[in-house]
Amino acid sequence: MSPSVTLSPKTLNSLSPQADGEYPASRGLHRFAVFTAASTFCLIVAGALVTSRDAGLSVPDWPLSYGRLMPEMIGGVFYEHGHRMIASFVGFLTIILAVWLWLGEQRRWVRNLGWVALGAVIAQGVLGGMTVLFLLPTAVSVAHACLAQLFFSATVVLALVTSRSWNRPDMESQPRDPETGSPSLPALCVTANCAVFAQLLMGAALRHKGLGVIPHLAGAAVVAAVVFWLMARVARHYSGVPAIFSWTMALNGLVMLQLVLGAGAYWIREVTRDAVQPLWPMVGITVGHVALGALILAVSVVLTFQVRHVLGRRHESLEPQGVPVTT
Amino acid sequence: MRIWKTVPGWMMVGVMSLALACGGGGEKGGDAAEPESGEAAGAADYTTVDPAKAATVTGKIKLTGEAPAMPAINMSAEPDCKGLHQSAPPAEVVVASNGMLQNAFVWVKSGLNGKFMPSTTAVHLDQKGCIYRPHVLAVQVGQPLSITNSDPTTHNVHPLPTTNREWNKSQTGGGAPIDYPFPRQEIMIPVKCNIHPWMRSYISVVDHPFFGVSGADGSFTIKGLPAGTYTIEAVHEKFGSQETSVTVGDAESKDIELTFSAS
Repeated sequence: MSPSVTLSPKTLNSLSPQADGEYPASRGLHRFAVFTAASTFCLIVAGALVTSRDAGLSVPDWPLSYGRLMPEMIGGVFYEHGHRMIASFVGFLTIILAVWLWLGEQRRWVRNLGWVALGAVIAQGVLGGMTVLFLLPTAVSVAHACLAQLFFSATVVLALVTSRSWNRPDMESQPRDPETGSPSLPALCVTANCAVFAQLLMGAALRHKGLGVIPHLAGAAVVAAVVFWLMARVARHYSGVPAIFSWTMALNGLVMLQLVLGAGAYWIREVTRDAVQPLWPMVGITVGHVALGALILAVSVVLTFQVRHVLGRRHESLEPQGVPVTT
Repeated sequence: MRIWKTVPGWMMVGVMSLALACGGGGEKGGDAAEPESGEAAGAADYTTVDPAKAATVTGKIKLTGEAPAMPAINMSAEPDCKGLHQSAPPAEVVVASNGMLQNAFVWVKSGLNGKFMPSTTAVHLDQKGCIYRPHVLAVQVGQPLSITNSDPTTHNVHPLPTTNREWNKSQTGGGAPIDYPFPRQEIMIPVKCNIHPWMRSYISVVDHPFFGVSGADGSFTIKGLPAGTYTIEAVHEKFGSQETSVTVGDAESKDIELTFSAS
């Protein structure tokens, strides 16, 4: 006689690909999503270089550059037009990714996230054009910087949820003891997401002269506190769940490195105040600070998705009501 | 369904809001090149000074303490610029020798009455050797300013005013001059080239003709003043401003000194 277990319809639906040994999203789609996310990271670095080298207005027209598709790549034009070229490439990749998801992805929310990413990259292009045509208005420049970070996180999430590990989670890994703390771990993760994004917003406002340094310093303290709280919570209850533990450790490591880079960015700006800018040490540290900020947001968002995914599956598997299934 | 509930309606609202918020493309802030009062003054409305009674204020701009050494401008990433110099030129933020400070803008800050006709003589700002020449210059409100590019490479000219309109124009080597009369008084407007980030100049726009820029020996001259008591201010891009009061009578010349501190 076959053993009988009781599973909810929702759990059945989520586990069916594993039961069939199938992979809901193709390996090619996942690799393409990873490539898109990596290209987007390069785009953020290129954008940060434009700002650090004060090259944003070295090309005074948009969408063409000096009325051409390919201007002479001199001085600041190299950075500004290079940024536009990488942005166009990422936009092209995002179109392909959205269409690929639409055609090959079963989960509606993932397909929708593909369209959201496409909308974001289009909006980002328009914001970039507005920064040029309206001579870097602070609000538009800050919006351009922040939307870049959100778009990068969206591409990273798409890479995550199309991965084999996401679709075949290690179901044997469970929390060491029941999690009863308040706020709940998912809520704490979302708090960390919000704190990191608010910090990116203040950092962008500082960079584009919309705010002073004090809010950004206060934001750094808040982010560090939330992330350390998160680490303590995960270390205590979820050290046996690699999908949660490893991302939390990565997030903490990145935040600590970011604190060092942030201090370095402030220091280098002070000691080179009288120098003819841009100096490469100043450019390198500030660009690294921006890029690491993008990574921190992406990792914190990935952690939130992992927590919801792992805990959600665990709760579903423990649901008492469902349909009997013979295996 | 009313139009404001439709998607095109929202798009129209968005575009109109954007247009209202941001103004015209390529330029921002201020109005078009209008006189500050918004009204064109006739010749009879202007104050004239009898040349026989015109007073002169001359002086020196001094710097106490050790002047900071200016680093050389690294143009190595731009062969078109580097090739224009035998050796790397120094930055021009502080140019001082024998305790005299160059490139300080000096003007009559207050004490004048009346409105003075703008000069019709164009003031020139050139881009040569990938450096703005001169580093500091001044024009009268509405006075023609002609910006040229003597370099073989493209520059963009990007003033960053706060009360005048900001603009950004590219200029090819040997290309047509950019002519722009600033319409509002504003002191030390930074001008930069985003292609070559070391390039910087300062333009002061004054609503009267009584101003000057200190030369290599720190000297300046302000001519044609009517008799009166004036506040003379010197402004330097690094050391801030200093001012003093001076009284001149008809056809009188006065010599003053303004001193900045490097410490």
